[in-house]
Amino acid sequence: MNTAHAIASDVRAGTRRATDVLEDFLGRIEAHDGDVHAFNTVTADQARAAAASIDAAVDGGRDPGPLAGVPVAFKDNLCTRGVATTCSSRMLEGWQPPYDATVVQAMTAAGAVMIGKTNLDEFAMGSSTEHSAFGPTRNPYDFARVPGGSSGGSAAAVAAGFAPLALGSDTGGSIRQPASLCGIVGIKPTYGRVSRYGLVAFASSFDQIGPFATDVADAALALGVISGHDPADSTSIPAAVPDFEAALGRGVEGLRVGVVSELTGSGRNRAANGGPVQGDTALGNAALEDAAGEVLDGIDADVTERVLEAAGALADAGAIVGRVSVPAVTYGLTAYYLIAPAEASSNLARYDGTRYGLRIEGADVEEMNRLTRRAGFGDEVKARIMLGTFALSAGYYDAYYGKAQRVRMLTRRDFDAAYADYDVLLSPTSPCVAFRFGERADPMTMYRCDTCTIPSNLSGDPAMSVPFGTGAEGLPVGVQIMAPALGEEAMLTVAAAIERAAPELAAPRFAESSTGGAA
Amino acid sequence: MARLARIELTPDEIEHYTGHLGRVLSHARELEDLDLADVPPLAHPYPLRNVFRDDVAGSPVDRDEVLSQAPAAAGGQFEVPPVLGEEA
Repeated sequence: MNTAHAIASDVRAGTRRATDVLEDFLGRIEAHDGDVHAFNTVTADQARAAAASIDAAVDGGRDPGPLAGVPVAFKDNLCTRGVATTCSSRMLEGWQPPYDATVVQAMTAAGAVMIGKTNLDEFAMGSSTEHSAFGPTRNPYDFARVPGGSSGGSAAAVAAGFAPLALGSDTGGSIRQPASLCGIVGIKPTYGRVSRYGLVAFASSFDQIGPFATDVADAALALGVISGHDPADSTSIPAAVPDFEAALGRGVEGLRVGVVSELTGSGRNRAANGGPVQGDTALGNAALEDAAGEVLDGIDADVTERVLEAAGALADAGAIVGRVSVPAVTYGLTAYYLIAPAEASSNLARYDGTRYGLRIEGADVEEMNRLTRRAGFGDEVKARIMLGTFALSAGYYDAYYGKAQRVRMLTRRDFDAAYADYDVLLSPTSPCVAFRFGERADPMTMYRCDTCTIPSNLSGDPAMSVPFGTGAEGLPVGVQIMAPALGEEAMLTVAAAIERAAPELAAPRFAESSTGGAA
Repeated sequence: MARLARIELTPDEIEHYTGHLGRVLSHARELEDLDLADVPPLAHPYPLRNVFRDDVAGSPVDRDEVLSQAPAAAGGQFEVPPVLGEEA
């Protein structure tokens, strides 16, 4: 078994060497990353040294920690001291941060071994990795399709068996959507649960770091390692970190699960608003057909069906399942694509050719700024900076940014109302399965990938994606579980129950054929 | 906008981005119909208070390490072209 749990347990017991584990994963990267392009940088030498020191610790009778010898991939917008951190942008090509992100320190302190830095949409702006300056990552299930984004490299790395764990960042769905498209588990924790210190900022009031894993238990393990208050991040929440893994076996009896009507069509009868209903699958599904609220366009039927099946499985397991309307989610996308670019236009002002990365010389400072930013930023980043500059500019501020912030409050209130009746909410993670390269070239079409994930970024609440069967072309479908702030435990309890009921998902063909033997 | 954002653009690029931004902003008009007069704006997920730390010296990142990553540095400082023109 190549889960993080199995590896750490074996390494701590001395029955497997961290160095052997590492070579196994490096072998798969060597054999297949030429096709997948999950990594911007593979830190093989550094990883070999780290794995050797884990083995030495075990030999010396010391416990390297809960992630002993577990290879981990970091999204290339997480600062790693002395290791290039590019954000998949020409602007930061070759830049070596002078410090480690708090999450990098935490993973390393727990015994994890950094295996490399993963590809992303430039500065995390995108939903497909097609906006990477270094070329896209391919979906391990179908090389003609995207892995999702922006953390597409991290998701593909875990799905392809290049690392059992990876970290990404989620601003509008950038962990959950690629996890869904690659058939793995991805968690966006509560805003403030995990320190953002050392995460290159995109939209600071949304950005949150979280784990990717092949199963819910590994994701919970990694979440526990990276959670906790950090004085270096003033938005980090000084709350105790619960034992997330203890939540996995709790069972869902009596838990109230609301399927979000606006994000989940019924495809069948529509009637009045259905309140919570307890019962067997038949009764649960009958309640689920009572749609309340207007269902958004563009959410594919194959995805909706899997979500309703997952809801049915929860009802079978004893959960109280009903439909709930969260009306403001229909405006979430629009609000997000004003607020996030506004914050980005401010955060990315620092790339001016002065302190790090690229510089194109000019006659004076302003010309240097303009030429550097022209050469260093890709198309999507430039568009979003200008959009944000516009949304914040005098005369338009109230109509765009101000109004979007009011929609954000509306989202918060609608979620609060929903969580008065339900412990967790369910929806699709992505409106569709993995799409083909170039298929969503129009910006609004691409932005709609984030329809279901954005509301939790607006509210700051935790949400995660768990695989549940397949949709069109046999591609993975993810179910999104949302919970109120600091409600990760109930979210994980439900995720574990969905995972237990989920149909077996075949590994990507090439990954399956190469597991089992070291290269 | 490009000037405000300090990004140099060619006329063709200006046309390209005008189209891109226009498509996004035309969707933003759906917010115009919402009556949000009674809804206060939300800038951040949680009410935050300013966080203070004790006024003691920490261990800052190494200056030479920072400057080694800069495009140009001299005398322990970042180096840039003239800011105010010749007479400054």
